[in-house]
Amino acid sequence: MLGEAEPQWLSEEVKTGTTIIAIEFNGGVVLGSDSRVSAGESVVNRVMNKLSPLHDKIYCALSGSAADAQTIAEMVNYQLDVHSMEIGEDPLVRSAATLVKNISYKYKEELSAHLIVAGWDRRGGGQVFATLKGLLTRQPFAVGGSGSSYVYGFVDAEYRKGMNKKECQQFVVNTLSLAMNRDGSSGGVAYLVTIDEHGTEEKVILGNDLPTFFDQ
Amino acid sequence: MEKHYTDSKVKGVSTGTTILAAVFDGGVVIGSDSRASIGGDYISSKTMNKVIQVHDRIFCGIAGSLADAQAVTKAAKSHLSFHSVQMESPPLVVAAASVLKDLCYKNKEELQAGFMTAGWDRKKGPQIYVVALGGMLLNQQVTIGGSGSTYIFGYVDAKYKPNMTREECVQFATNALALAMGRDNVSGGVAHLVVITEKEVEHVVVPGDKLPRFHDE
Repeated sequence: MLGEAEPQWLSEEVKTGTTIIAIEFNGGVVLGSDSRVSAGESVVNRVMNKLSPLHDKIYCALSGSAADAQTIAEMVNYQLDVHSMEIGEDPLVRSAATLVKNISYKYKEELSAHLIVAGWDRRGGGQVFATLKGLLTRQPFAVGGSGSSYVYGFVDAEYRKGMNKKECQQFVVNTLSLAMNRDGSSGGVAYLVTIDEHGTEEKVILGNDLPTFFDQ
Repeated sequence: MEKHYTDSKVKGVSTGTTILAAVFDGGVVIGSDSRASIGGDYISSKTMNKVIQVHDRIFCGIAGSLADAQAVTKAAKSHLSFHSVQMESPPLVVAAASVLKDLCYKNKEELQAGFMTAGWDRKKGPQIYVVALGGMLLNQQVTIGGSGSTYIFGYVDAKYKPNMTREECVQFATNALALAMGRDNVSGGVAHLVVITEKEVEHVVVPGDKLPRFHDE
């Protein structure tokens, strides 16, 4: 009854209010995310990497409830390991996306997480799949998370087919920077993962190295 | 998860809307979409102009409840014409914005409308003032409002440059409105643009089929 009240953030759900984006180019994909994890109004982790590996050349980007998203990613990571041993070769991106979709759809009412799955496989090259609420759709690029609302206009205007790897990386960094500037639940640093047939490259871009715009 | 702001909780006919204003070198462009809907279920007007003239070189973009916005702009128009007779000169843009701000602030419990006032006056040239829902007044170089504005924050931040030419600014405004109308289901129709300079006021209407198209259309 008496004594200190518990800090509010201990009783709030931990969300990765977020901006995530994935885009394909000829020969691979680029994934990007911010790094803020919030519980209500508090930032409980300002450097979380929301790009989670599902397999060597397949990654997923997490958004929504942090716990739900991480659990789905871990489960699919395990299922993919088993699957790839069974078939004796690297799994397809579509298989990984299907596994994520199955969980999202089956537990639709209980979960509140959206994962974007992207990667490279020998059959289809670079591919991006959105799995929102149990839908499975392949798209040239996908954005998600609370910050994505603010950049729909920008990505619609700026995306062009046939961009190369460097242009895609720049596109992702610009988009993340714009969203992080407007969305209170996105911020921190930008994580970038580039996957192509030669391998996977992870990069971190610190806050002061992000692109700035006319009012900054 | 994704946050989405709509006007559907607004009473009566709401202008689920996109409005935008931007200053360029020598003038200002103010624009809007043209859809008026009842909560996103029924479109009550396809061709409504949400940019309202309150004086010769001063226009207002409205967002929120249509009834509230019309009542407030009517009152503001009459205040302003009286004011300009008293002062014997055209009102300053900041005067027009302040009149709106006073009305919004004093009636903040009942009203649900936001305004952007754009215009040209002899003292400071082209200006834009934003009156937010609670009655705050702010001067900006570029501003967007309404439910559709959420989707173009990133585009406007990236593409607006101070001191653009008139053509560049009109193109920028048309693109931004088209992008917002493409993503927001309660914004749509035609794009109304008003270009205000010292010399003249020009009303440009861009019909739906002449709006710029983007990669997936």
